[in-house]
Amino acid sequence: MDFLNGFGLFLQTSIQCGTNILFAIVGGIICEKVGNTNLGIEGMMLMGASVGFMTACLTANPLLAVLFAGVAGLVGALIYAFITITLRGNQVVTGLVLTIFGTGVAGFIGNMQMSEGVTFSSQTVPTEVKSAFAAYEIPGLCEIPVIGKALFSQSIYVQLAIVVAVLAYFYMKKTRFGLNMRAVGENPGAADASGINVALYKYVHVLAGGFLCGIGGAYSSIASLSQWQENVTAGAGWIAVALVIFSTWNPLKAIMAAYLFGMLRGLKYEMQGWGVQISPQLIEMVPYIATIVVLIIITIRKKRENQPPKALGDPYFREER
Amino acid sequence: MSIADRIHITKRAGSSGWQSVLTRVLAIVAALVASGLIMLIMGYDPLEIYGRIITSSVTSARKLRETLNKTILLTVLSLGISVAFRMKFWNIGAEGQFYMGAFGAALVAFGFPELHPAVLLPLMGLSALVFGGIWAIIPALIKLKFSTSETLVTLMMNYLAIAFIAYLESGPWKDPKGLGVAKIAMFPDNASMPEVLGVHAGWIITLVLVVVMTVMMKYSKFGYQVDVLGESETTARYAGMNTVKVTLIAVAISGGLCGLGGYMQASAIEHSITSQLSGGLGFTAVITAWLAKLKPPVIVAVSFVFAMLLKSEVSLQALNMPSAITGIIQGVIIFFVLGSEFFVNYRISFRKAEKEG
Amino acid sequence: MAQPYIKLTNICKKFGTVQANKNVCLEVDKGEILALLGENGSGKSTLVNMLSGIYTPDSGRIEIAGKGVVFHSPKDAIKAGIGMIHQHFKLVDVLTAAENIVIGQEKSVFVNRKKTAERIKALSDKFGISIDPDKKIYNMSVSEKQTVEIMKILYRGADVLILDEPTAVLTPQEIKGLFAILREMKAQGCCIIIITHKLAEVMEISDRVTVLRKGESITTAVTKDSTPQQLTEMMVGSAVSLDIECPKEKLSEKPVLSVDGLIKRSPDGVPVLNGMTFDVYGGEILGVAGIAGSGQKELCEIVAGLMKADGGSVKFEGKEILGLSPREILRHGVSMSFIPEDRLGMGLVAGMSVMNNVILKSYNRNPGPFLDRKFAKTLAEQIVRDFDISTPSVYHEVKKLSGGNIQKVLLGREIWLSPRVLITAYPVRGLDIGASYNIYHVLNEQKKKGVAVLFIGEDLDVLKSISDRLMVIHDGAVVDIADPGSVTKEDIGMMMLGHKPGEEADRAV
Repeated sequence: MDFLNGFGLFLQTSIQCGTNILFAIVGGIICEKVGNTNLGIEGMMLMGASVGFMTACLTANPLLAVLFAGVAGLVGALIYAFITITLRGNQVVTGLVLTIFGTGVAGFIGNMQMSEGVTFSSQTVPTEVKSAFAAYEIPGLCEIPVIGKALFSQSIYVQLAIVVAVLAYFYMKKTRFGLNMRAVGENPGAADASGINVALYKYVHVLAGGFLCGIGGAYSSIASLSQWQENVTAGAGWIAVALVIFSTWNPLKAIMAAYLFGMLRGLKYEMQGWGVQISPQLIEMVPYIATIVVLIIITIRKKRENQPPKALGDPYFREER
Repeated sequence: MSIADRIHITKRAGSSGWQSVLTRVLAIVAALVASGLIMLIMGYDPLEIYGRIITSSVTSARKLRETLNKTILLTVLSLGISVAFRMKFWNIGAEGQFYMGAFGAALVAFGFPELHPAVLLPLMGLSALVFGGIWAIIPALIKLKFSTSETLVTLMMNYLAIAFIAYLESGPWKDPKGLGVAKIAMFPDNASMPEVLGVHAGWIITLVLVVVMTVMMKYSKFGYQVDVLGESETTARYAGMNTVKVTLIAVAISGGLCGLGGYMQASAIEHSITSQLSGGLGFTAVITAWLAKLKPPVIVAVSFVFAMLLKSEVSLQALNMPSAITGIIQGVIIFFVLGSEFFVNYRISFRKAEKEG
Repeated sequence: MAQPYIKLTNICKKFGTVQANKNVCLEVDKGEILALLGENGSGKSTLVNMLSGIYTPDSGRIEIAGKGVVFHSPKDAIKAGIGMIHQHFKLVDVLTAAENIVIGQEKSVFVNRKKTAERIKALSDKFGISIDPDKKIYNMSVSEKQTVEIMKILYRGADVLILDEPTAVLTPQEIKGLFAILREMKAQGCCIIIITHKLAEVMEISDRVTVLRKGESITTAVTKDSTPQQLTEMMVGSAVSLDIECPKEKLSEKPVLSVDGLIKRSPDGVPVLNGMTFDVYGGEILGVAGIAGSGQKELCEIVAGLMKADGGSVKFEGKEILGLSPREILRHGVSMSFIPEDRLGMGLVAGMSVMNNVILKSYNRNPGPFLDRKFAKTLAEQIVRDFDISTPSVYHEVKKLSGGNIQKVLLGREIWLSPRVLITAYPVRGLDIGASYNIYHVLNEQKKKGVAVLFIGEDLDVLKSISDRLMVIHDGAVVDIADPGSVTKEDIGMMMLGHKPGEEADRAV
């Protein structure tokens, strides 16, 4: 029983560790499914983290903080979308720049003065926001052994991530918008010929992806750490880029990928307790190696459903001859 | 008919050289104005900040040296990236190749600390070339064998390399004299690159590399093959080129040069290796290489400008100014230049409204 | 016909310097099948692409039911009830048939599989189509994919159906099935435009036929009042006497290039070369006529070493070269030049200068690691001079040159290598008359030098005039090698459809 409790706690932490990434993976999937590789996830997360934090400090309103975090990510995505969709710029380079830009914005906001001589970076999140995102227990459900604590004794922010992933899955698989969106990413020419407004679909989804990345970033700054840290996302955006592939562009698998990653992170600390001697740095390699292996496997197996969207990375121009 | 309907976009057959240069210059000016506006809104004087960026990066020997150190690193990395990019092999793994190169150099430095610098330093460089090259060849082989996208594999391999160095730091190579801090011991004195004219000797290597790469890309058969392959693999095969061999060599050079960057940074600046050795410049170099249109001499100029921005970050902070503003300026400039490509490649015309009915 | 349902007047469209459509007029009414007949490059696809909103015309007027319309995107065309089936299907591989049918269509938020399936079923019954809505496109045969495309259009309730060369990829049985569907649609009052260059099909399915030639609409005729001969003549141009010389040269004793029993199957297992066999001698031009997609591309690329064959043999002066890569062919001292159909995608490097393009095959002549720039410049200037290429300088990018000059750069480079065999695929496609004559002249010059020339063409008049022997192919095999002086164009046309000479002509039609 003791072990089970311990494992339940471990799951609980793992899920928390994977939450910001889960938002980002889902955002990344939505963006890539319309054919846009976005290496700016880290940048959008940082923009969300900083703006969300600033809003939380200024308004003490948890809802506004999350909303503005999403809007910040969306603004980042809008720049990216304009350059890659309307101006048909190179997606890889634009994404990288977005990350640099986002890092700049985050650093800038962190050093901004909230009031005379007081910078945001010295603040902690107001208690209103902190308590809004504190773990709460759903009576009954949280008594379920092992998964009870993991799922039903969590912050609402954590649960929101799961809900978002599930909704994204249903959106992609069940709605006509999701269907059209997949068509755009696979074969924009066919989508266009079917009367789909390719540019509009790309814009909407790239922006929605940015919104989610922004919210994901803010999880770290306002809910998990509740204080400002330079580079608060700690490379989570890059791991998300990897896990988008690892989850083969499926939001449900993204939940698994994010939490597996969270477990890996948790494992690093756990193992010290168990006296197991595996370097945490070696464990850090696991998601990347796994992603490379998955990439190779999907290209070898050629299972059509698991392939990257066919038109990923290509700008669309109707009158191309 | 709405306005959007009246805009008609067609691909340009081509545009003259001065036209594309002018478009880019305009883009940079517009970018400076735009980021100036951002600063104004934020309550800063843009002219003062621009002035600071310049004065804090080039106005004294020490400042200039630090700027040049960064220029050297950015240039070498961009040169490496540009070889692969010319072939349309999207190597964004400069960061990882940099670290593996630094690791290769460190292996030699720690392995033969007694060797004379005149032998040890070139050996370290060679080792860095090999390690960086191998790190780049892995994704190339994966691409050739399984046609797996190299963009993503090279990206992943960056983080593998960084985690590997971090592992060395806290594990096998942990400095016992580090008082518990996870870091790698300093290089032996023989492994430190000397200074020439006040800047580490890497600048000579870099200048030589710029010349060699310019000559190679422009005048050699190999550079020609890379260009043909980059334009069209079908044409390369039609012309009887060995596409596999050309790909592997070009990628090896690309990774090798990035590895060399790691060696120079470790040997000349840090005198050791750390998991923060690159400062993320492996990614910045992708951007500088792209902005320089993959042309070696232009790469030097673009790298210098970026080095100035990077250098001024520290000094702005010291002056209680928002250092992160340089990241924003960088971003805005590149966004504008990237966007301006559109006006180089496409022509926009407006149609007259047609009467209906 | 008082007011036709669809009316196109004076449509013009230019791509760069190529006038794809010039003052084209076309009319179709409901309950009618109109065939659009024309050779490759006569502007048929461009025209229908404008009717379906893919391209926008430079000038001209499109009317539907008497009202002028302007399409800015395929969406506009769909709204106007126009559905188009492109030559290359516009389907999303990883989706099912039903999903492909509903993309861009549903108004509800959720995809209602049941309702969709019901509607597809109802439409299937109405038009006699069979379709498995849950099958993924990548598991489908070509004809199944086409059926999905048709269903996509019916599902939208479109009443105008445009088919761009729908039969090119179908077996005779599948064609029968397709025509049955089209007739049913016609009976239901749909308006159908079918693009083809197969006369037999025009005669079988269409009510009227509009002939396009070189981007212009030549005439419109009622099908049952026309004969295939008349239509051919209109399509290829009235018996124009082309003033292309065909000097008789002394042939080499042995064939320079021998192709024997060449077999090639497409990735789907469909045979594209069916034991093709022929010889080419030095000092002759062997013309090759055939419907597009009869195996011309595969033949060229296999001989040039760019594609693997599934059987047969290719001998150069008696030596087997099948299976060698282009590099090995060069290394074996085989002097063979191939002028591919895709000039800028294969034969030349579009973004490189004239100078860098002319050395594509000879850059490795000098020893050492460096390019011989002096040689390159001299060679480029020589080729520019000899072939009268108009370019600002030898440093000018080839893609910025006109079509004729691009072709001359390619031809100039290959001829400078003094090949023993010259394979040319559609060397005058997209060129104007003057430029074309230049190319004919160059080929004749080569013939005089004793080169074996294989000329794959599309214009039958040209083929008849320039060839010493005229080989007609169909379905990846040689139907006959005819004497171009005595064979008629109509006979060639029949042979292109696979009918051996001497067979009853009316059986072909």
